[in-house]
Amino acid sequence: MTTSTTATTTPAAPTTPDRPSPPPVPDSFAALLLLADGRLPAGAHAHSGGLEAAVALEDLQDLTGLEAFLRGRVATVGHVAAAFSAAACASVRSGLPVTGGSGTAAELSRLDDELEARTPSPALRTASRRLGRQLLRCGLRVWPHSTLDELAAATRRGPHQPVALGAVAAVAGLEPRAVAWAAVHDSVMVPATAAVRLLGLDPYSVYAVLARLGDRLDAVATAAAAQAHAAPADLPAWGAPLLDVSTELHATWEVRLFAS
Amino acid sequence: MHLDHARSDTYDEERSEGQPDGSRSPAGTTPPSPGRGGQAPLRIGIGGPVGSGKTALVAALCRALSAECQLAVVTNDIYTTEDADFLLRHGVLPAERVRAVETGCCPHTAIRDDISANLEAIEDLQGSLPPLDLVLVESGGDNLTATFSNGLVDHQVFVVDVAGGDKVPRKGGPGVTRADLLVINKTDLAVNVGADLEVMARDAHAQRGNLPVLFTSLTEDPGATAVAAWIRELLSVPAR
Repeated sequence: MTTSTTATTTPAAPTTPDRPSPPPVPDSFAALLLLADGRLPAGAHAHSGGLEAAVALEDLQDLTGLEAFLRGRVATVGHVAAAFSAAACASVRSGLPVTGGSGTAAELSRLDDELEARTPSPALRTASRRLGRQLLRCGLRVWPHSTLDELAAATRRGPHQPVALGAVAAVAGLEPRAVAWAAVHDSVMVPATAAVRLLGLDPYSVYAVLARLGDRLDAVATAAAAQAHAAPADLPAWGAPLLDVSTELHATWEVRLFAS
Repeated sequence: MHLDHARSDTYDEERSEGQPDGSRSPAGTTPPSPGRGGQAPLRIGIGGPVGSGKTALVAALCRALSAECQLAVVTNDIYTTEDADFLLRHGVLPAERVRAVETGCCPHTAIRDDISANLEAIEDLQGSLPPLDLVLVESGGDNLTATFSNGLVDHQVFVVDVAGGDKVPRKGGPGVTRADLLVINKTDLAVNVGADLEVMARDAHAQRGNLPVLFTSLTEDPGATAVAAWIRELLSVPAR
């Protein structure tokens, strides 16, 4: 079902000839594009989302392998990341009128703990926190807000990336469903662009794979966004054991091109 | 020295609180290092094509400067730890003063477009070492278009070598034309590769105007004397 993308959920208000209609998009759509763009200086370019390990350990060499990898990733860790991003965003938004009360900090900390429990691989935990810290650094400069300062102070090694994404998205003016799309997008774009660089795959073919996955991505983002207000313990806990194992092995390599 | 003593007390106190300047978050800004009278450490980027001698220059600078200032190095080799291992293997810096940053096949991205991993590495070094005076950020080997972001470094050195051909300075590119210092390395090989150093000097000055150019041979001068002197001037640390 693709009926609820951020751009099209709210129908445009009827236009009159001499008064411009209000923007048809309720969200800060421009902010969503900034946040979802791989060129955002938040560290993602150095990560492959487990793809570099899969190339070496599971013989992922071509578009067929890449598509299977992306489907598996978005259905598991992608879904979890999207749900936690949406929940973190909802939590920060609910605290915003009182400029991030202590309730927000506690909720974000709870989400961070729950995500830690869903991430058995220490190497993946480290990668997620590093990316969270880098995203927070970016957010603090681009959308300065006391909530982000508090989150940075509360998580010395950095929050998990989805928690940081939700918080940054909220202060950038985004709603939970928008950040769910950003998270799902990120979960496939990181390994897809890594595949182009690492395997020399034809970039048009890779983007055609990504386009084919569109319905799947919409469905996962929709499901994740629907859980934005669930209790942290009830958020999804899909796992990808092969990704956990291969990331652990990857972290021991002497020579690697990607940080994870 | 009383002043130094006061500085290190302040630093320890700040570190234990985990908020280096008491107001900005650890993820948001580079904390000031009291090592240079409260100034942040001087950050110098060292870039240039593959094989031009960047790592050898960094090693030489470590040998020349590590006894007289608090120094750390961040490397951006495409093979992640190769350059860091070189520095450790040659014993020029202890392991805790060297950090390697992974660059995901794009060394230039990590020093120019998305500098976050390098900033993290510098902050980690600042957080784990006594107040630093100087951080050298060595880029991975790249091409003539690579250049450092001024959000990452204060000054940049671009290293080319005579064996890469004496036309390199004429080709230009942001490294050759805009770097604060252009180092033309391996002058000892000039006779073997038929490179004309005078042509290189003339072209470099034509491209760079008044910006400095230094010729080095690290085999003949393992301390990179002229480059070390250039950095000392920036640091305002008198040579021993």
